Amino acid sequence: MPENTIRIEIAVPDRQVLDAEALSVQLPLTTGYLGVLPGHAPMLGAVGTGELTYCDPGGVERHLALDGGAVEILPDRVRILASRAERDEDIDLDRARKALERADHRLQLGSLEIDVDRAQKALARARARIAAAHTASS
Amino acid sequence: MPSLIDLRRRIGSVKNTQQITKAMKMVSAAKLRRAQQAVVHARPYSRLLNDMIGSVLAHGDGTEPAISHPLLERRETRSIQLLVLAGEKGLCGSFNSSVFKAATRFLEERPERDVHLALLGRKAVEFFGRRDTKVSGTWEQVFAHVEYATAQTIAQESVAHFRAGEADEVWVLFNLFRTVLKQEITLERLLPVLPAERGGPDANVGYDYEEPPERLLGALLPKRVETQLYVAMLESAAAEHAARMTAMDSATRNAGEVLEKLTLHLNRVRQASITTEIIEIVSGATALE
Repeated sequence: MPENTIRIEIAVPDRQVLDAEALSVQLPLTTGYLGVLPGHAPMLGAVGTGELTYCDPGGVERHLALDGGAVEILPDRVRILASRAERDEDIDLDRARKALERADHRLQLGSLEIDVDRAQKALARARARIAAAHTASS
Repeated sequence: MPSLIDLRRRIGSVKNTQQITKAMKMVSAAKLRRAQQAVVHARPYSRLLNDMIGSVLAHGDGTEPAISHPLLERRETRSIQLLVLAGEKGLCGSFNSSVFKAATRFLEERPERDVHLALLGRKAVEFFGRRDTKVSGTWEQVFAHVEYATAQTIAQESVAHFRAGEADEVWVLFNLFRTVLKQEITLERLLPVLPAERGGPDANVGYDYEEPPERLLGALLPKRVETQLYVAMLESAAAEHAARMTAMDSATRNAGEVLEKLTLHLNRVRQASITTEIIEIVSGATALE
């Protein structure tokens, strides 16, 4: 394995989504985004909802939408356990946009019947999907 | 002695049965392949999860107390919840009955404990529904498509039982898929969580924690219970298809043997009747001379 790359593994409960080499990784933690380069100090953290970006050895940026989980960072590896993870090419942009609208609408209505927490989570998920799909296509 | 028509009818019906068992065997083989794949696909996540839990637990370097969590806590065992995983359908050899036997033994071995069952699969619900065992939950139609979300719901309920003190231990009983010909009855403890030892070179690196370890552990442990149950369900589904495939294969072969015997018998009867007829004609002709 070359010195200047780091291995990313992403698994969701029913399959492995990604197992690749990368030059750099940017991932969403619950406390904000974290950039990881090869040789990072060992770390454990909680993954939030958002967009993961990594740079493959060819220098191409790739994107994934992540939702909830944990991450283990070792000098040569980033291992992510996610509840959900989708690669940009698998994201249905229309569906994500509609979900975003729905969640937004529900929050704006602000009636007592809605589960604000749930709506906010849905909103964040939709945003992450759109961000991942969008940056990839542009 | 059965008549020719009767024999032909029997042969016809055995042939039909054979076709059905053959088709069922083929369907099970296809489903088994998919189920096995699902088991393999679920491995990376559960391995990673176990590694992480191992790392967090190894965190205490002696100077500070080891991390504790309610889900790791061992209590005096008064009540136990046992999850019994069986099939939705029969015609799969001893797949269901061996689980029931093991579950019954589990109950008999712990007469002084308060054991209640959670039943997964229609066959389990049918079997224990007729007995006076305590049942705390039933789930049917969960094995046709084993979904993580299902395992999650069931596991969360068990975790709630455990936390509320209604169960001091939670166990799961299922058929583990060893090979196509061999299913192994397996009993695993879900709660309190039994942390797996993390091996390998990076077992004891000093991690930085971006999140307090207790909180991280609190997020990981329930997932561990869910994953363990999910994997058990996948294994059980694969084992069920394997058992059905084997059972249907032997049924098909059996039908072949029966057919052979019946055909032989049919030919004997047919020849006997022809012989009798000829004798009658010949003796009739001789009588005329």
